[in-house]
Amino acid sequence: MDQQQYQQIEDKITPPTPYLKNIIKAFLIGGLICTIGHAITYFYIIFFDFTETTVGNPTAATMVFLAMLLTGFGLYRKLGQVAGAGSAVPVTGFGNAVVSAAIEHKTEGLVLGVGGNIFKLAGSVIVFGVASAFFVALIKLILVSMGVVEW
Amino acid sequence: MIFIDFLLAFVIGGLICVIGQLLMDVGKLTPAHTLSTLVVAGSILAGLGWYEPLIDLAGAGATIPITSFGNALTSGAIAEAEKHGWVGVLTGMFEVTSSGISSAIVFGFIAALIFKPKGKVN
Repeated sequence: MDQQQYQQIEDKITPPTPYLKNIIKAFLIGGLICTIGHAITYFYIIFFDFTETTVGNPTAATMVFLAMLLTGFGLYRKLGQVAGAGSAVPVTGFGNAVVSAAIEHKTEGLVLGVGGNIFKLAGSVIVFGVASAFFVALIKLILVSMGVVEW
Repeated sequence: MIFIDFLLAFVIGGLICVIGQLLMDVGKLTPAHTLSTLVVAGSILAGLGWYEPLIDLAGAGATIPITSFGNALTSGAIAEAEKHGWVGVLTGMFEVTSSGISSAIVFGFIAALIFKPKGKVN
């Protein structure tokens, strides 16, 4: 059996991706998580001294806390199997990646295991976020000093 | 209208997740590639000044998805660059966005102390 035949058999056996179903599930669950986050922003605006611009920080922290509980009890993994990107894209997915890596590597010790692996899954998001922020801000600074755009 | 406000958060947040799902299903990207792409997209939108209006419109629908992480890093860097020039590009980045990362580290560490590993995922 050559490579081409193998590829044909593989294509035949692999079930087709249920695009529409996945999109609907990601939309509903992702939207629901954001709606819960929105309720938390109202909580912080009404009961604490946060404004609409500063409320993002405590909201993200609260969502990460909820993600920690769900991850610890093994519920976030089940949610992820249903929701796909709907549970991965919100900040709770970032929290889940960090928390699950921390728990999983606990047996290797607190320093080498937890400390060394906590960003194993989420590290790429931080690296690309920081690197892209650097280049975007640099380009904007150059464009502003050339007088092309304004702050 | 508080109902419209929540509906916008639901719809915009859901749509950003749909973009992620399309990158995974149609673009055949791994979850890590998908999330990195979304973060970079958030940075670029922040550079163009388009992410802030989205937050005004959708609230948590725009601040909860991971794109807002790129936006927060970039707008922090841009705000400091405006004040201090070249140095600000580096120093400003974590000005706004610290909470997502610091809370993830703190809660991740606490979780490692209290929860037991579930073993191999089957």
